[in-house]
Amino acid sequence: MTEATVARFEHRRTTAESIQHFLHRFPTMVPVIVLIVSVAGFALAAPNFMSAFNLSLILQQVAVVGTLAAAQSLVILTAGIDLSVSAVMVLCSVIMGKLAVEMGVPVPIAIAAGIAAGLGTGWVNGTLVTRLRLPPFITTLGTLNIFIALVYYLSGRNTIRSQDIDASAPLLKLFGQNFRLGGFVITYGVLLMLAVFAVLYVALNMTAWGKRVYAIGDDAEAAALAGIRVNRVLLSVYVTAGLICGLAAWSSIGRVGSVSPTSFVEANLESITAVVIGGISLFGGRGSIAAPLIGAIIVGVFNSGLRLMGVDVLWQLFATGWLIIIAVAVDQWIRKIAS
Amino acid sequence: MNTLKTTACAAAALFAATLGANAQEPTRACIITKTDINPFFVKMKEGAEEKGRELGVEIMAYAGKIDGDHETQQQAMESCIAAGVKGILLVASDPKAIVAQVEQAQAQGILVIALDTPLEPADAADATFATDNYEAGRLIGAWARGTLGDAAQDAKVAMLNINASQPSVDVLRNQGFTEGFGIDPKDNTRIGDEDDPRIVGQDYTDGNEEGGRRAMEALFQRDPSINVVYTINEPAAAGAAEALRAFGRQEGVTIVSVDGGCPGVQNVADGVIGATSQQYPRKMAEMGIEAIAAFAKDGTRPQNTEGLSFTDTGVQLVTDKPVEGVPSITSAEGLKLCWG
Repeated sequence: MTEATVARFEHRRTTAESIQHFLHRFPTMVPVIVLIVSVAGFALAAPNFMSAFNLSLILQQVAVVGTLAAAQSLVILTAGIDLSVSAVMVLCSVIMGKLAVEMGVPVPIAIAAGIAAGLGTGWVNGTLVTRLRLPPFITTLGTLNIFIALVYYLSGRNTIRSQDIDASAPLLKLFGQNFRLGGFVITYGVLLMLAVFAVLYVALNMTAWGKRVYAIGDDAEAAALAGIRVNRVLLSVYVTAGLICGLAAWSSIGRVGSVSPTSFVEANLESITAVVIGGISLFGGRGSIAAPLIGAIIVGVFNSGLRLMGVDVLWQLFATGWLIIIAVAVDQWIRKIAS
Repeated sequence: MNTLKTTACAAAALFAATLGANAQEPTRACIITKTDINPFFVKMKEGAEEKGRELGVEIMAYAGKIDGDHETQQQAMESCIAAGVKGILLVASDPKAIVAQVEQAQAQGILVIALDTPLEPADAADATFATDNYEAGRLIGAWARGTLGDAAQDAKVAMLNINASQPSVDVLRNQGFTEGFGIDPKDNTRIGDEDDPRIVGQDYTDGNEEGGRRAMEALFQRDPSINVVYTINEPAAAGAAEALRAFGRQEGVTIVSVDGGCPGVQNVADGVIGATSQQYPRKMAEMGIEAIAAFAKDGTRPQNTEGLSFTDTGVQLVTDKPVEGVPSITSAEGLKLCWG
């Protein structure tokens, strides 16, 4: 009897441990499981949820924030944070719209100028963080305000209308165009998001640069001792994030239809939410680049499902809040057992 | 803290005494708006400044950083009181919380006029100069009903509002539309208590294009036969139109809105928006400065429009497809009057 009890007890511990070890080895499985369970739940509870049309609509809805989340996760992997991503994106879109529609600059040049502005803002953030040694949170809180001010200055606080863009610069709306794949409606904005993640996946997992990014996030001092030029890599991370924000800007014009200085006000927080729910550690150095993509989709699934059920919008906020807390709690739990 | 207050009071008194010594000192007035971002408030400020120059009233302008930024407005109220102005024009971000500062100002003999957004309670201000938002909603509702004719009986209506906190402007426009369209609004201080099956659903847009698109997509998913879309403002309407275009449903759906900003009226001209109720922010500020000038001269206080608890600054329906029984102006006329 005693022997049997002991055996059962040991067996149970092993099961719990093995789950934790499994999750520790494959941390991306946590958001994947959450995604599968939530999709299954809404499939039962929300009418029309599982239609190919709705599923592709969710992807369309998360395309812009998902792309921003890619930029955000790069910075977070280095144990930083970028509060300015939304402002950079809107700033780039305003520059594109202003040049192409209002000043008659050839559209490809206007788009290039917008993306270059994204690179420039990344360089500013990166330089402040590496040269002046300001904490990323403070740096980007500052530049968030500065870039928003520039948005209002450049846009004159006015929206550039969809019809005016169609007339003079339809290329700006490239990423809003779609094609059908069976019942699925895929926009080029969705493809852009997936492409950005694919490129980052390769860069982070198969290049020396990627290993350095993780090393700096894990322990910047140790990385420096190991001969990594920390400042140079950090600067490259912020510049790359700025570049991705510039691409997201182009994508956002297609999504919204117009160049709107007031849209995407909270996209910076939404991008951080996606990264956290995906399971990338805010302390840096840990987490797969695929995670924020799944995190963004989870938020999209909840918003869509709850809306289709006719639930008041406040419950979307409520659900997102719990998802964040649960995601971080699970992350802590996995780490505790592993150590 | 008390020492600080005493010092501040002493400084203010000294400042006031210095001012009093100068008999040529012009009348001063403050205008405090929600943000310097929205063209609506920018036009308001311009109107106040121009009227001020005309009437010899010196204008001090303040604005919150974003809509809902109460703290900056509170500080602005305190600065205006300390500066000893004759009157304050206020577009409150938090109409309940600001009442404390409004009472402080009134205790100093300052005339406080709420512009655009009534305070809560509304009589906390000495006067309110605003758009009749219920009427603005009712006009577009009546127009949509007239445009659909008999089909209005089995219309499918999407309601795109601002946000979950249901600010008064949201409720007034939404319920006004509901009544104008011929749907029983039930309790007309609440959004969403209607049981008429013609309303497909209520959703939120944050009053911008991105939110308008997302909300339209959500309601369209619930019922693809939607053929009337009420929107809280024109950016939300533009977003909704974009969603419908992506669904291939730009024809056969009537979009109505409120505001009368220039891009919105242009969208009426282009047929993207069927009709919009135009309001006049500049006029609100001009009337406000006139009232302060009159008050400074002989203590005259502004009177409410008859039958209303505020002074109506007017609203007109802008559409190129007029409906009998609903007075309207054309988009060409609307473009001359538009703001932003």
